[in-house]
Amino acid sequence: MGEDRYEALRDDRGNKDRSIARPGGGTLASAGTETEARAVPGHAGEPMLIGDAMTGGYGRGADILTECTIAVDRGKISVIVGPNGAGKSTAMKAVFGMLDVRAGQVRLGGRDITRLTPQARVAAGMAFVPQTSNIFTSMTVEENLEMGAFLRRDDIGETMEQVYDLFPILREKRRQAAGELSGGQRQQVAVGRALMTRPTVLMLDEPTAGVSPIVMDELFDRIIEVARTGISILMVEQNARQALEIADTGYVLVQGRNAYTGTGAELLADPEVRRSFLGG
Amino acid sequence: MDLLNAFVAFANFVLIPATAYGAQLALGALGVTLIYGILRFSNIAHGDTMAFGTMVTILVTWGLQGMGMDGIGPLPTALLALPVGIAACALWLLATDRVVYRFYRAQKAAPVILVIVSMGVMFVTNGVVRFVIGTDDQRFSDGERFIISARTFREMTGLEEGLAFRTSQGLTIVVAAVAVALLFWFLNRTRTGKSMRAFSDNEDLALLSGINPERVVMVAWLITAALATTAGVLYGLDKSFMPFTYFQLLLPIFAAAVVGGLGSPLGAIAGGFVIAFSEVTVTYAFRKVVSYLGPEEWSPDGLLQLLSTDYKFAVSFAILVIVLIYRPTGLFRGKAV
Repeated sequence: MGEDRYEALRDDRGNKDRSIARPGGGTLASAGTETEARAVPGHAGEPMLIGDAMTGGYGRGADILTECTIAVDRGKISVIVGPNGAGKSTAMKAVFGMLDVRAGQVRLGGRDITRLTPQARVAAGMAFVPQTSNIFTSMTVEENLEMGAFLRRDDIGETMEQVYDLFPILREKRRQAAGELSGGQRQQVAVGRALMTRPTVLMLDEPTAGVSPIVMDELFDRIIEVARTGISILMVEQNARQALEIADTGYVLVQGRNAYTGTGAELLADPEVRRSFLGG
Repeated sequence: MDLLNAFVAFANFVLIPATAYGAQLALGALGVTLIYGILRFSNIAHGDTMAFGTMVTILVTWGLQGMGMDGIGPLPTALLALPVGIAACALWLLATDRVVYRFYRAQKAAPVILVIVSMGVMFVTNGVVRFVIGTDDQRFSDGERFIISARTFREMTGLEEGLAFRTSQGLTIVVAAVAVALLFWFLNRTRTGKSMRAFSDNEDLALLSGINPERVVMVAWLITAALATTAGVLYGLDKSFMPFTYFQLLLPIFAAAVVGGLGSPLGAIAGGFVIAFSEVTVTYAFRKVVSYLGPEEWSPDGLLQLLSTDYKFAVSFAILVIVLIYRPTGLFRGKAV
């Protein structure tokens, strides 16, 4: 066991990101009304989800994002790429309400949700898959999915079947503890858990971190499939080239600002972007 | 050589008492491990929580006895009073949570601070119990005393050794088994139970899934009240009730929870029996058992007792220290303290 023995000495309470469930504000009881808000039609030409000119940072700290805009259309895939420390994950967390947006707005289906807590945003139709600690390791695959649908009081069987159809390996391993699965399978559980709320927007923080290239391709294929069902996908990726290949819209961030924005193909073709971020 | 008598003596003085004691410790340790899993601190007040619930049960039992009850058939009246004790204990725990723990939870206090806070709760609970029922030994058992008495057993079998099986021991084992089965059913099969496991596993992800933390905490206290009171009443029926003894029970209960792996319900049960059997085995004088096993002239002069019963707590302590050094996560891979 060696090193492993002391792992539990560390606090493994959550994913070490207190901001995920920002305390205070927004009770879960309001979930019902939030769900109704989903039906509100967006403005003409308004994307499904948009973080509009967001400026903000953690707590009282300095601004990390400066007038950063991230958007995703219904059923499309938006990818945030950029060098280390560019604020990619921060931009996504800002959209999800995990840090203070001091200027700018976040709108979901045309409704201003800038002041909602992350939990309230889940009820409003957003789903978030953190980069790490994104599954309940001690629970079975099926229980993970059940917990994903905790807010729902209707029959979840159908959604669960859809998730199993999307990730057939999970159906096979549904009685197994999620913590015993391989890295790629864990990511599938994490995505499946997030899909159980039947979200309109699925947000993924580096879904392919730490998985092999083959598994990565497979995960990207699945993500495209999810998008085809009408769910908007916003993701942060380290593997910029592969991610831009499947992206409808790509955002290159540098120091918390929008550096380049365009379709995935445009960005891949842009000599400036290639030289700076894609290694030639 | 007389294997049969040796075994009967062993069963009478070690096997049966240790099993009953183990079941009581297991119920206590389940409460500790549950609070640790959900609220993430070691609840020092647990022994006195048991005392509080037991105290209320005793008062109600006395009331019933005063009205002329003398056991429910062969079973003790306390069983009838137990639900009242559990309810009162639950109210007390929810009140302490509302007044004390909730404040520290809102501050996101470190676990070590909550441990010290729970020590304060322990002193207050302890004071209340002593104030209400006094510091003396209290007996409240009635009904049939034995399922099998030593004399009946000797007459039945014709053996030299007697084997006594008391009602309180049988009751302890049965009630503990039912309580554990109910708890596992709840945790593994119900929506609320699963949400508690999810909360214990990954708090942030549970919040993201829409699990209400305050509700999870409340249910954890309610279950703890039921487990602690049941454990306390069974211990009191089996031995006797004294506030100080219940405070002391904290040590073997903690040792059981840690040996099993904090946060693991299965571990708490295993730990309870490990501690109980170690304690009883080490402090039992084996002279009688050994003298049955060899020819009479080989019979030992000494008592063959490893440790005087006065030092029984040293056993829990020693096991605790050994486990913390060599396997801090316990037998069932819980969390390290």
